[in-house]
Amino acid sequence: MTKRLLLGIVALLLVIAAAYASLYLAPEERTMGVIQRIFYFHVSSAWAGFSAFLICFVANLLYVWRRDQKYDWLGVSAAEVGLAFTTVVLITGPIWAHPVWGIWWTWDARLTSTFILWLLYVSYLLLRTLVEEPDRRALLSSLFGIFAFLDVPLVFGAIRWWRTQHPSPVILGGANSGLDPTMKMVFFFSAFAMHILMIFLVMERYEVEKMAGEVEVLRREVEVV
Amino acid sequence: MKNLDSVFAAYVIGWAVFFLFYLTVAKRTLSLRTEIDRLKNSLPRAK
Repeated sequence: MTKRLLLGIVALLLVIAAAYASLYLAPEERTMGVIQRIFYFHVSSAWAGFSAFLICFVANLLYVWRRDQKYDWLGVSAAEVGLAFTTVVLITGPIWAHPVWGIWWTWDARLTSTFILWLLYVSYLLLRTLVEEPDRRALLSSLFGIFAFLDVPLVFGAIRWWRTQHPSPVILGGANSGLDPTMKMVFFFSAFAMHILMIFLVMERYEVEKMAGEVEVLRREVEVV
Repeated sequence: MKNLDSVFAAYVIGWAVFFLFYLTVAKRTLSLRTEIDRLKNSLPRAK
């Protein structure tokens, strides 16, 4: 409890500092102006969401291999948190796009694959509500989670492999891409803050699964007695 | 400054999503803690 609370406080302080750095310390981008400051929040949320889905993927693989309930709990926790981060990406993206592109949304490869990613993890969570038997639910959702993760590299690669309305990458985008050093520093700090927040939320959500497991055991005990 | 309202909207809505998510998790934790306490209390009586 104390460790989680401490991590929560650290995460809160870090995201406040990241917001301050994004809004006040980072230099203003010449073409887009102030609206480009959404970048620090939008892209770092996307990266933290990808990392949460990676945790879910690894937990799903480990569940299929070991059949330990703890991996199922971790999988669903990371999936829910990843979904929250992807929701933020899908909301902040159009808010940024509208003044710059003149449209809220277009069905290009990056935007469409991100929306499909969101739908896949909504389906992952819905699937869990449809299967009552815990072991069967864990196995089916783990197999679905492994399949769902295949979209993550597709989202990452969409702006690298195809010409899209979405801008080309400025981070990890090759020789012709790059960022001003202060912008880069602010971005990596924001991404770090978002990852700490993501880890904190996964830990909090994991606790819910752990307690739900405890409730199931206690209910069985009460029934037996 | 042009588009400052959009930047403000993106940050506020984004943080609202995280805050609401955290609230739902905290609510579920509280409800499960109450249920665990109730079940633990009912165990000795059942015995």
